[in-house]
Amino acid sequence: MSAREKAQVLDEPGIDRALTRIAHEILERSEGTPGLALVGIRTRGVSLARRIAEKLEAIEGVKVPVGTLDITLYRDDLGDLAEQPVLRETEIPFPVTGRTVVLVDDVLYTGRTIRAALDAIMDLGRPRQIQLAVLIDRGHRELPIRPDYVGKNLPTARRETVQVLLREHDGTDRVVIQEPAP
Amino acid sequence: MGLRGKDLIEVRGLEPAEIELILDTAESMKEIASRAIKKVPTLRGKTVVNLFLEPSTRTRTSFEIAGKWLSADVVNVSGSASSVVKGETLMDTAKNLEAMSPDCVVIRHAMAGAPHMLARALRAAIINAGDGAHEHPTQALLDLLTIREKKGHLDGLKAAIVGDIAHSRVARSNIYGMRKMGMTVTVAGPPTLIPPGVEELGVKVAHRLEEAIRDVDVVMMLRLQQERMQAALIPSLREYARLWGLTLDRLAAAREDVLIMHPGPVNRGVELAPEVADSRYSVILDQVANGVAVRMALLYLLIGGKPAEAGA
Repeated sequence: MSAREKAQVLDEPGIDRALTRIAHEILERSEGTPGLALVGIRTRGVSLARRIAEKLEAIEGVKVPVGTLDITLYRDDLGDLAEQPVLRETEIPFPVTGRTVVLVDDVLYTGRTIRAALDAIMDLGRPRQIQLAVLIDRGHRELPIRPDYVGKNLPTARRETVQVLLREHDGTDRVVIQEPAP
Repeated sequence: MGLRGKDLIEVRGLEPAEIELILDTAESMKEIASRAIKKVPTLRGKTVVNLFLEPSTRTRTSFEIAGKWLSADVVNVSGSASSVVKGETLMDTAKNLEAMSPDCVVIRHAMAGAPHMLARALRAAIINAGDGAHEHPTQALLDLLTIREKKGHLDGLKAAIVGDIAHSRVARSNIYGMRKMGMTVTVAGPPTLIPPGVEELGVKVAHRLEEAIRDVDVVMMLRLQQERMQAALIPSLREYARLWGLTLDRLAAAREDVLIMHPGPVNRGVELAPEVADSRYSVILDQVANGVAVRMALLYLLIGGKPAEAGA
């Protein structure tokens, strides 16, 4: 199935502003950085988590640890996917127990990825609190999951897809909605 | 992306990209071993039968741990405690197991070709855990993972495999795997234990230990199976140890950064001097740890995804 671009919803400054705002909101909610950690969900959530960590450092002058989570082993749809996902490494180089862990992902959709991520994090320890930051919330939840920090709420149709392009992976920073070609 | 076949019977039939995928997946699995709670839910509700009709501690335990860490139900059947001793044929044993709907059967058997036969007869994924003198693919894959981890790459590396090449399924699987990944391989051992025509597998033959290990990145010492002595293929263990045993003195001919490997169990003082087995060159225990990761990777790749279509 080929897709064509319907609209660009965020450009480079737009993404940057959204992440800056999220960083400020995280600090406000957590009253500073002690006990805070960011965990990015592969692949693009990791880059977003690193960017938020840079912003936190610029604002507060403190390095917040960043981990990488691969949720493949926790997916609920492994038996249905035509292509088996390639497993990548989970790297969380700090104990999660007792911390406030902010999960970071690019797009929040059905909520199933986040369910898997919650299970994965809790297998590693007992965080004091888990929060969720996403760049785009496109709706259509299938589970009772809600984000704590949102870059942009984006009403979409199910047949559309949202693509977050980041310079670390795609050479450019933008968010686009795609729809199936007619 | 996944593996092409429903089974893993031999390294010979794998594409380099498939080997790469197995090693990458195994590397990602290693993190689970470092957790306080070593379990992920990936294979919940799947059943793995370990059918070991030849003695094994390391490989069977390794498969059992791999399955359990992935939340599969693992059942062990050993030769001495099964209906095999009552005279049941392998095919009947397999058909009876199949009636209990396992997702994967791991088999070790003294006869080459036994896993192949099961693979054709059963719907379950079959993993060869060693069949006669044919192949031991998971051992070669864990060896490749260990080498890649220590050296950073495989392409262009040189390996020597020393000992009973003729009867070694470990040697055969490693020769295929190493050659596919761009390594050069020299085999060495007493002439009675070097199969004629082995050069056709793309390896060189050396007739002295020092000659084999000079300038290589990896030395793989094989276990001398004691029954070879009864078969008069070697004059005595002492002579074998003197000519083909790796000692610290002999190791001086090798590179400073050489890796010493052994598939276990080690006959200390025969093929490997104790001070070499315990030296800083030895990666024998890394091999064992990587074995669990490689077997987790294979279970995930073979039975973790969409069930194969009937007839596919």
